[in-house]
Amino acid sequence: MDTTVVNTGTEVKAWGGGNKPLNASYGKMMMWFFIVSDALTFSGFLAAYGFSRFKFIESWPIADEVFTHIPFYHEPAPMIYVAFMTFILIMSSVTMVLAVDAGHHMNKAKVTFYMFLTIIGGLIFVGSQAWEWATFIKGDYGAVQTKGGNILQFVDTDGHRVALSDFAISESNERVQHEQKDGIWFSSEGTLPSYTVDEVYKGLEANPNILVRTELLDEHGHKTVLSREESIEQLKNNGKLVVEGANLHVNEYGTSLFANFFFFITGFHGFHVFSGVVINIIIFFNVILGTYEKRKNYEMVEKVGLYWHFVDLVWVFVFTFFYLV
Amino acid sequence: MAHAHKLEILRGLIKFKSNTQKIWGVLILLSIITAVEVVLGIYKPESLMAKFIGMKILNWIFIILTIVKAYYITWDFMHMRDETASLRRMVVWTAVFLICYLIFILLQEGGYIEGIYSTGYVKKDF
Repeated sequence: MDTTVVNTGTEVKAWGGGNKPLNASYGKMMMWFFIVSDALTFSGFLAAYGFSRFKFIESWPIADEVFTHIPFYHEPAPMIYVAFMTFILIMSSVTMVLAVDAGHHMNKAKVTFYMFLTIIGGLIFVGSQAWEWATFIKGDYGAVQTKGGNILQFVDTDGHRVALSDFAISESNERVQHEQKDGIWFSSEGTLPSYTVDEVYKGLEANPNILVRTELLDEHGHKTVLSREESIEQLKNNGKLVVEGANLHVNEYGTSLFANFFFFITGFHGFHVFSGVVINIIIFFNVILGTYEKRKNYEMVEKVGLYWHFVDLVWVFVFTFFYLV
Repeated sequence: MAHAHKLEILRGLIKFKSNTQKIWGVLILLSIITAVEVVLGIYKPESLMAKFIGMKILNWIFIILTIVKAYYITWDFMHMRDETASLRRMVVWTAVFLICYLIFILLQEGGYIEGIYSTGYVKKDF
């Protein structure tokens, strides 16, 4: 920093140099500019999500039915776990800003302690997100995809969801998963669903209390349930593929676009959190080694803090648009 | 580095004695907002289901509360409150303008395509 020219001797002229209209250091200002551009990237993704959602506004999955899981607790409880994740991230933002504040007071012990808490918070968040992904990929009830790509789910006469395994009739089945060792070495296929469409259809016929629920939303925002005749008709004529869980091709909860956007946006955000944790760890060790003590300022903690708060800021929006709205 | 933090939030309604105290105060505020969002999200009161400018009132509430949260994260955690007006405007106005523009364009287009699907001759239910 000593080599920076701070005085050019021409201060009297506005354009003579030495002016600091923004009163911010180079590093901090560039972090702000990076944040602006990253914010625009995230807005691009979220706006694209909004575009697809508006396009299929009549059949979009209901988030409260998709994200209902809490670890070690088996009753469906929407919102609770994601609210916990949000709180963890806000909390780690608070410890980060406390670390910045301690840095202003040149208090190395406190900076170390709060940086440590921030890293722990970030790790809990990334872990929670991984768990949320795993649950989403695994799925819970199973569904049948039609020729047109729509999803048919199954409910009992009270409107409660019914899992495929509760009514499908298993038959002896010759079809086995094709693996590389059985044929041409470069061709294989993904895991086969537990049931075939035919088995699901036989199960539906045998259980008079089971109905098909389509993707379409009625005027109250509930999914449309077909009558018994329509259910059998729909599954018989259009049922094509049994879907369990969600991935980039199919999604048992509704349109596969929902899963695609969920994986892409929360994945991109999760990657930001992960890189934030890595950067925080680097800075944490720098603090312990006394790098900023020697430098006589903790501005680096502040710059990393800006990034970390930005990650929190993005999550606030992801939370709203994926789980609330 | 600016040791002079501005210690007032809500236009001076609440004044804090120190920066640390302000941080905890903002945390409480953000937690209350999140709690309100979660409670509304779980119970979804029927009275807020009416439409207002193309969207449910409940969704408007969610979006406004989100922007309020974003404001406090940026202003108090990221210390935007303590930066010069020119830096603040450079960051905030640019982002807000471009994001509003993008959202308008894409949602308008999405709504148009939805209209084609539902009133046109595109068969989707098969």
